Amino acid sequence: MASNSSSSAQQRLRIIAGHLQKRPEEENASVAAQECKAEAPRSEPSSATPVPRRRQEIMKWNGWGYSDSRFLFNKKGQAEFTGKRYRLSGLILPSLKDWFEGTFGANLQHRSPATPSLNLSAVAPPHLNQPFVEDLKAAGLSVSHDPEDRVFRAHGHCLHEVFALREGRIGRVPDVVVWPSCHNDVEKIVELACKHNVCLIPYGGGTSVSSALECPREETRSIVSLDTSQMNRILWIDEKNLTAHVEAGIIGQDLERQLNERGYCTGHEPDSMEFSSLGGWVATRASGMKKNIYGNIEDLVCLPSLNTQTHTGLGHAHTLEMFPPHQSCSVGVLLEVIQGTCDLMCSQVVHIKMVTPRGVIEKSCLGPRMSTGPDIHHFILGSEGTLGVVTEVTLKIRPIPEYQKYGSVVFPNFQQGVACLREVARQRCAPASIRLMDNEQFQFGHALKPQVSSIFTSFLDGLKKFYITKFKGFDPHHLCVATLLFEGDRGKVLQHEKQVYDIAAKFGGLAAGEDNGQRGYMLTFVIAYLRDLGMDYYVIGESFETSVPWDRVLDLCRNVKERIVRECKERGVQFPPLSTCRVTQTYDAGACVYFYFAFNYRGLSDPVHIYEQVEHAAREEILANGGSLSHHHGVGKLRKEWMKESVSGVGLGMLKSVKEYVDPQNIFGNGNLL
Amino acid sequence: ILSYPRHPVLKKRDDFEDVLEERRRSSDLRYALRCYTPTLYKGLVPCKVSVLKSIVLQSDHLQCVIKQVSSESGDSTECVAEEASLILDEMAHRMQLSTVRFFVFTLSKAFKRLFRSVCVNEEGIQRLQQAVQEHPVVLLPSHRSYMDFLMMSYLLYMFDLPLPVIAAGMDFMSMKFIGEMLRMSGAFFIRRSFGGDKLYWAVFSEYVKTMLRKGYAPIEFFLEGTRSRTCKSLTPKTGLLNIVMEPFFKGELFDVSLVPVSISYERVLEESLYARELLGVPKPKESTSGLLKARRVLSEDYGSMHVYFGHPVSVRSLAEGKIKRSQYNLLPRYIPQKPSVDTHEFLNDAAFRLVRIQEENMVLKPWVLIATLLLQNPDGMDLSSLTEQTDWLRHLALAFGAFLDWPDHEACSEVISCSLALHRRLLSVSAGHVQLSVTDAPQVETTPEEAVFQRAVVVLSCASYRNQILHVFLRPALLAVAMQSANSSRKDDIYNCFNFLRNMFSNEFILCPGDSVQDFEEACYLLMKRGVLQVLEHEIVMSASGQSTLAFLCSVLDPFLQGYQVVCRYLCEETNENLTEKEFIPAVRSFCFVSLSSDLQKNALAALLRLKAVRKVKV
Repeated sequence: MASNSSSSAQQRLRIIAGHLQKRPEEENASVAAQECKAEAPRSEPSSATPVPRRRQEIMKWNGWGYSDSRFLFNKKGQAEFTGKRYRLSGLILPSLKDWFEGTFGANLQHRSPATPSLNLSAVAPPHLNQPFVEDLKAAGLSVSHDPEDRVFRAHGHCLHEVFALREGRIGRVPDVVVWPSCHNDVEKIVELACKHNVCLIPYGGGTSVSSALECPREETRSIVSLDTSQMNRILWIDEKNLTAHVEAGIIGQDLERQLNERGYCTGHEPDSMEFSSLGGWVATRASGMKKNIYGNIEDLVCLPSLNTQTHTGLGHAHTLEMFPPHQSCSVGVLLEVIQGTCDLMCSQVVHIKMVTPRGVIEKSCLGPRMSTGPDIHHFILGSEGTLGVVTEVTLKIRPIPEYQKYGSVVFPNFQQGVACLREVARQRCAPASIRLMDNEQFQFGHALKPQVSSIFTSFLDGLKKFYITKFKGFDPHHLCVATLLFEGDRGKVLQHEKQVYDIAAKFGGLAAGEDNGQRGYMLTFVIAYLRDLGMDYYVIGESFETSVPWDRVLDLCRNVKERIVRECKERGVQFPPLSTCRVTQTYDAGACVYFYFAFNYRGLSDPVHIYEQVEHAAREEILANGGSLSHHHGVGKLRKEWMKESVSGVGLGMLKSVKEYVDPQNIFGNGNLL
Repeated sequence: ILSYPRHPVLKKRDDFEDVLEERRRSSDLRYALRCYTPTLYKGLVPCKVSVLKSIVLQSDHLQCVIKQVSSESGDSTECVAEEASLILDEMAHRMQLSTVRFFVFTLSKAFKRLFRSVCVNEEGIQRLQQAVQEHPVVLLPSHRSYMDFLMMSYLLYMFDLPLPVIAAGMDFMSMKFIGEMLRMSGAFFIRRSFGGDKLYWAVFSEYVKTMLRKGYAPIEFFLEGTRSRTCKSLTPKTGLLNIVMEPFFKGELFDVSLVPVSISYERVLEESLYARELLGVPKPKESTSGLLKARRVLSEDYGSMHVYFGHPVSVRSLAEGKIKRSQYNLLPRYIPQKPSVDTHEFLNDAAFRLVRIQEENMVLKPWVLIATLLLQNPDGMDLSSLTEQTDWLRHLALAFGAFLDWPDHEACSEVISCSLALHRRLLSVSAGHVQLSVTDAPQVETTPEEAVFQRAVVVLSCASYRNQILHVFLRPALLAVAMQSANSSRKDDIYNCFNFLRNMFSNEFILCPGDSVQDFEEACYLLMKRGVLQVLEHEIVMSASGQSTLAFLCSVLDPFLQGYQVVCRYLCEETNENLTEKEFIPAVRSFCFVSLSSDLQKNALAALLRLKAVRKVKV
């Protein structure tokens, strides 16, 4: 049954508090000697633990997420997920092994383990700009050139980055890490950077999947990683206008939790929210940032052991300062559509403050809309850290929704599923989230089913399977599943649910229960952890996304998947790759499509290079089929070569001239985008 | 894939097997009724013929054009839609397995009487079987005879491949009964010309594309557009090629496989018919009674037939780097779009290359060599010198990469007498002297004009065999003529001359546009390898031993050079200001009653127009 999340906020708080206690306590970062003068009254100090400066203490240095959470095959050869943070934590996944071996031709005997720890001698000594460092210290800023700190901030989560770390290969890393704790600190840092001509790379969550955090090889100046994680306060909440003013370094889960404590949510639930930061969302035009009027605290209630509500898929957006919000389809997305508002970060944000080498850019009021020439926010949104550092953001907030319900629909094939999603979008009645997984992904999701506790459940499962495949005649190798998430007030949710299921029925869809729906969403957050598991057994993979008009969705999905298979074959990959997609978001005029691509690389001498060639070919295929360069991951350095083609020479020139005006010395020299 | 090998000689070709052998041993009836289970395309969306029609009529593309046409003409959309539906009815095939079985039965009988053997490369069939499963397939056979498409369907049935739908000219439809029979065995009929008819084009292209997208059946059409009356490949048409490639360009299909098929006949059924047509006797209208009258052909021996299924050519790899598919991103895909200049160039280039592949895989019989020699010796040759020269020519042809079907174990003289026997209608052999002549002409009084006409028929028939091997000698021959006329041994001068000739003859022969340098190099390479030339850095020098080869090569092109000269002389000397295109051919013919075929005259005129030596004035 639907998880009724309307139970009291206190229950939620208890749960949250419970989770928090499990987290390693962070040393009290009291280094900021200089008092930050917040212009606004500070909100109550939150009970949340902020991201520690030494992130490597709780997070993996060479893989995804928390150190205590990982997949492994135990002695019996069964897959399990360790730790206590997630709903899946501590559970056995009996079918994962067969799926894994069957899909990739992998074998548990063939391991490709990672280098266990960082070899500090592999890290080049820092190239310090002494006067700059001294000025920073004199200004009272917290600075480090510890190799672990520097390595941690030298990469995002692209396959090649993580692969190199696992092999212990360390490339160019930032020379210094600095932690500002408020807007004024950032102003000071930028001013000093200009004065001493050093290169600044803003760093938020570090979940980039566009090579945005890589230090440019040709950079000869000292590179300074500006870590925003200590700028993590909600500065004020305005209940009359339903806005909150937040420091941009806050990560998604902390933002949501703190707002929830006050009975609000932001309305976006990017899947990488666990690690990605508000500033990163802004800097990449993250779509996970969709406003979700219902907020995601509900996940906590309904997934009681889930500490964070979102997660990220393998890679996510990225950029510069932070983490990407990933896919997201978040809840809410669709509601936005219903309301006819545009759903990206731009509609979420009321006000942005950014520090650039030219000074601070911001608007003068908090009016909901302005006709004052091109919106200056659009120079900031998606600027990928090339223009400055986003320090403070005023966001719209919403009261927490009352009720939440998962659902799923089985379609006989992917075509029918897409037709149904298109119809749902046409009628503008999409639920908070609706995603359509193709057959391969459906089977993938199935492999993540935890051990069934009762005979009754397994009997029921068998019965369901029988009904769908035998009685309804669905071909198990073609059927696909849409997962749904409804949120809002109870009556409306139920009504809405009926409407969506009625449309689905017209396209041959059969309701397939809440459980399947929920598992579908789970796949999203564990996928990045799963990649690490794959890499232990010669399997590498990645995800990438695009957006495409409705009439081309099917053709694009088919062609890109086939291109991947064909390219792998041509490049000597021994086993057929996993090449799968899902439609994750619906818009009036099109959809966002997400691809997963992974293969077994045994027998290949340079698997990462082959991976990159295949991904390159897949992106070419996407562009040739009318898809966009990126829906929300951003461009970074990975997709730069297609920028001109994507936005025209004039468009690129406009962006370049902005960069030239704002940052003539190329202080923000991460080399992304342009 | 399509760039031809630098060293054409090294090309490896598959072996053949005679498919009639089995037919001669077992029951045709049982064969026609056997269980037919074709290999299917993996993405096949099965649909019935009637459903296919309604999909076409309901398609966004057709609906869009219907609205356009209706608003332009003022007719109601219902009315235009009705018209579209009639066009489709007239066009569409109604494939039925039972009719196919009937054809299989009768054709088995007919083929066994007509041909000694029908040889097919089975490796090609296996490749096709593979290709058919992967992507929608387009079959592109060469077109020398009406037999071509009957044979294609027959072979596909035989090898359990999906039966193709075939684009056929409307003229067949006028054959009562037979037209319908063809329709039921997969032919669909298109008008010969429908230039400006938007609606017709829309129905036609949507019909073909729908079948392709659904993987309904392989599409078969003739790149050359019509039967080549001269047995020389014709300049390819790109219209249908564009239609079958567009679903790939627009991303509706991952890929399309194009399979060039070369069909060659030891003796073409329509041999003398073609010659007469070229001399201005109108082609008999296709009719059922005409077909019955043509039964006579069944009693003759047409030797063997070869069908070579080439390597499937992927449209995707062909277009790689040449077509920017994203050009289709900004317009809804159902709105018809004229191919861009780039696309057009690509189509043209692809079409030429495909025809080149057809040419290269065309099997040549010994008679082709003999015909070449006999035409160069109008007074005839002694059998012994014919034998000797044929053998010499055979080695030259092989060195240039000809796909020659020469019996391995037989003596050269044996092979030659066999060929002479098969083509005895074109020859007279007496006392060891072989000469082209009309043997079946009764010794009745004929006017001198008739005699010339009869002779011309023989010469043109014979020329159609020589023409089959022209593509092998063409490039070296152009070089030989260029060397002769350049009056210089400087490479540049020779190249310029080569280029001029190549340009002038590009309506006459299949010369891929833009391949001038490659062709020149290929010619140099081949002649150098034969020891005919020495190619130095800036000079090309003839070797002492090369004289005879060069002379032969020059005389290969001689009839064409002469023909073009005649046309030019006519235009300079005789023509008055307002010659209409229609009058041109009869006028040239009467100007110089040498055996000039209308085909050559047309090509010459087209070349002169293209080179802007002649201007076309609309009246």
